[in-house]
Amino acid sequence: MSKPAPEPRSVIVEREIPFPPEKIWRALTQPHLIEEWLMKTDFKPVVGHRFDFRADWGSVDCQVLTIEPNKTLSYTWAAYGLESVVTWTLTPTSTGTHLRMEQSGFRQDQQQAYQGAKYGWQRFFANLEQVLARTE
Amino acid sequence: MPNVHNVLFRTLADPTRRAIFERLCRDGEQTVKALTARAGVSQPAVSKHLGVLKLARLVRGRHEGRQTYYSAQLAALAPLIDWTSQMAGFWQGRFDKLEDLLRRMDQ
Repeated sequence: MSKPAPEPRSVIVEREIPFPPEKIWRALTQPHLIEEWLMKTDFKPVVGHRFDFRADWGSVDCQVLTIEPNKTLSYTWAAYGLESVVTWTLTPTSTGTHLRMEQSGFRQDQQQAYQGAKYGWQRFFANLEQVLARTE
Repeated sequence: MPNVHNVLFRTLADPTRRAIFERLCRDGEQTVKALTARAGVSQPAVSKHLGVLKLARLVRGRHEGRQTYYSAQLAALAPLIDWTSQMAGFWQGRFDKLEDLLRRMDQ
């Protein structure tokens, strides 16, 4: 089996949302709203601000990198030995907003770290089932 | 898809075999007899499934006296874990929740 060389990878999720960027921006940057769709957080829209996202399975350490109100927001995302950057981009359209999320910077060796002891086997199996379901 | 994936998927595609493997993962090493008691199939059938699991390196047998104790080798699953697709699934779910929230929010 040949192993691919470590290289950065990214996840991109994009969606057309029938609401203006200003409204989405509030949901992305106000902690009481962030909590409703993502996780509990002490986020502040200030470059350099360190914050975390907390869930029952653990927490994610973050730091704000860039902010351009109603347009773009990025922060670091560190959890379980994984270092990555999450970037939100909001582009107005005739019907609302094109919302794009890119999480970048995964490397093969981080993937290995992520598989480590902190990630419970129960979770492992839930994921395995998803993988299997997708291949059927 | 690399060959190692094909072997793992093929091996785990059978529900009975997958159940045996999951039982070993959850409950630790066991004999064929103990596995048979809960597998709902005959002991030869369980032995056959264990043989296939061993070929895929998902299971290992340890001899002690007259007994063989089988255990799951979770490291064999590592090639299946695709970090990026896991996170993509996570964010897709969050996008759904975000849209729900936006519908409920005041303008």
